[in-house]
Amino acid sequence: MTALLEARDVSRLFPVRGSGSLLRARRMQTAVDQVSIAVQPGEVLALVGESGSGKTTLGRMLLGLTAPSSGQVLYKGQDIAQAPASALRDFRQAVQVVFQDSGGSLNPRHTVAQSIALPLRYNRGLAPEQAEREVDALLEQVHLPPRHFRNRLPHELSGGQRQRVGIARALASQPQVVIADEPVSALDVSVRAQILRLMFDLQQTQRLAYLFITHDLGVVRAFAQRVAVMYQGRIVEQGTADAVLDDPQHAYTRRLLAATPIPDPRRQQLG
Amino acid sequence: MNSGATADAAAPLLDVRHLCVDIAQGPRQLRVVEDVSLQVQRGEAVGLVGESGSGKSMTAFALLNLFPSPLARVAGGEVLLEGRDLARMDAAQLRSVRGARVGMVFQDPSSFLDPLMPVGRQIAEALVAHGQVDGSRARVLELIDLMELPQAAQVALKYPHELSGGMRQRILIAAALAMKPALLIADEPTTALDVTVQAGILKLLTRLRKELDLGLLLITHDLAVIAETCQQVHVMYAGQIVESNAIEPLFDRPAHPYTQGLLRSVLSPQSRAHDLFSIPGGVAIAGQWPSGCRFHPRCPIMRPGLCDTAVPELGSSGQGVDRCHLSGAPEAIHAWG
Repeated sequence: MTALLEARDVSRLFPVRGSGSLLRARRMQTAVDQVSIAVQPGEVLALVGESGSGKTTLGRMLLGLTAPSSGQVLYKGQDIAQAPASALRDFRQAVQVVFQDSGGSLNPRHTVAQSIALPLRYNRGLAPEQAEREVDALLEQVHLPPRHFRNRLPHELSGGQRQRVGIARALASQPQVVIADEPVSALDVSVRAQILRLMFDLQQTQRLAYLFITHDLGVVRAFAQRVAVMYQGRIVEQGTADAVLDDPQHAYTRRLLAATPIPDPRRQQLG
Repeated sequence: MNSGATADAAAPLLDVRHLCVDIAQGPRQLRVVEDVSLQVQRGEAVGLVGESGSGKSMTAFALLNLFPSPLARVAGGEVLLEGRDLARMDAAQLRSVRGARVGMVFQDPSSFLDPLMPVGRQIAEALVAHGQVDGSRARVLELIDLMELPQAAQVALKYPHELSGGMRQRILIAAALAMKPALLIADEPTTALDVTVQAGILKLLTRLRKELDLGLLLITHDLAVIAETCQQVHVMYAGQIVESNAIEPLFDRPAHPYTQGLLRSVLSPQSRAHDLFSIPGGVAIAGQWPSGCRFHPRCPIMRPGLCDTAVPELGSSGQGVDRCHLSGAPEAIHAWG
């Protein structure tokens, strides 16, 4: 089976700031080091790692926002660096993103409806009045009553509401895979649960695939079928959620599991 | 009680009684914290848990009158620290308490550090501000050491941007503890950090609490963090404490439907898809608290004619107290089914 979205042996190097001079090339740092992962249609793949592990850079490469220094990103088997314009348009519509802070990725001067209408107009080519109806349908889907939310500006929304708008905007393009980069990390526990529930339901009803980037192992098994653990730019462990969480092979995965807080006060005594 | 200068040895380190906080909104006063009472003993970690907008941070600011806005003020109640009422102190008296008897750390370490000053000097500032100039350098190195940061002398010379988020938080804790306070108030100290870094900070706080016999008031939205760190818990909702108990009974037998819902929405690596649970609706905002029990519009066992009209008091149930009309009733034991 051809994977929906695949990174094949990708690496990404960044120049180290301030390291170069007139005569010397800048030193390069490897953010992502020969990584291969694949997202299958309709599956949830969790990409787990801490800040600086390269997981966001990998996500950006899969989105086509950052070009790999080497290796390929394939969409339905086709290298996006060599894809013709029509295939690239396809890719940009089918692969969408939800960021940690949707507030920062929403135009502060656009109303909720305007933000969601943009991909409807440009990715799906809907006429303005069609787009308007579709905006309402999308807002319903993310449980924001259109009547109340259509004309609000981002600063008038709570963190959870902004994240719902971010999800609605991603859904507007009718994607096949959504890359969600820490979509709930900035939210309160109770709101986090609501957003996860929403994302889970959407995945089930729309046969979406997710690449779920997170540092929190707590959400992984409830949400993902497979897990890839990233550490210092490399995938150190990959497998089904059950296998990785019940029988972690890599020392870093074990450390991550031990550090994940559990709502059981009796662990205190174990210290 | 003895009104002398020395505190009663048996009295709690921090005794907050019926604290109320108002925010001025034009001509009217908006009550954001209502009738909050809690105690912290020496060597004890007490958790204050709630969602954004529950008033938990406002409570913390109120303790030291450190409100982020001049519109907020303590509108009632007492804040007794070692027997002295902080709520009645003038600005000069409060300055001698802040940093000296009570230290504070907050969520985002970067915004509390000066980017242009080496971190060692910033720790020393806490000492100098309280007149301890002599030996401050040695004390700073001792503090950095106490924070489990290697090579204290080198770390002291670094600027904040040269340190990781976890190291910056350790520097802030060092500054907060410079004057050997009896109480440390930590407001979401690990929320912006990676889990492995968070685990390190929580472990450090627990070690410091035990070694220095420190009272710790930990404010967070994450019950799992509370479970790992605290002995007592207070759950806040819509400006009020809705449940208080010792850690084990609170996690074993949460009485208030809100606490039960909050506990169920915590995910751990053991959670499965069918565990994805959330309390419907959102936190009511200050000034628009619902009538009766403030949680009633979201409550699965709301009894019409009672919960939406009568205001519940904090009443004892088992070991703890909770603010639910139906506390103890069969349907309230597993409110969410």
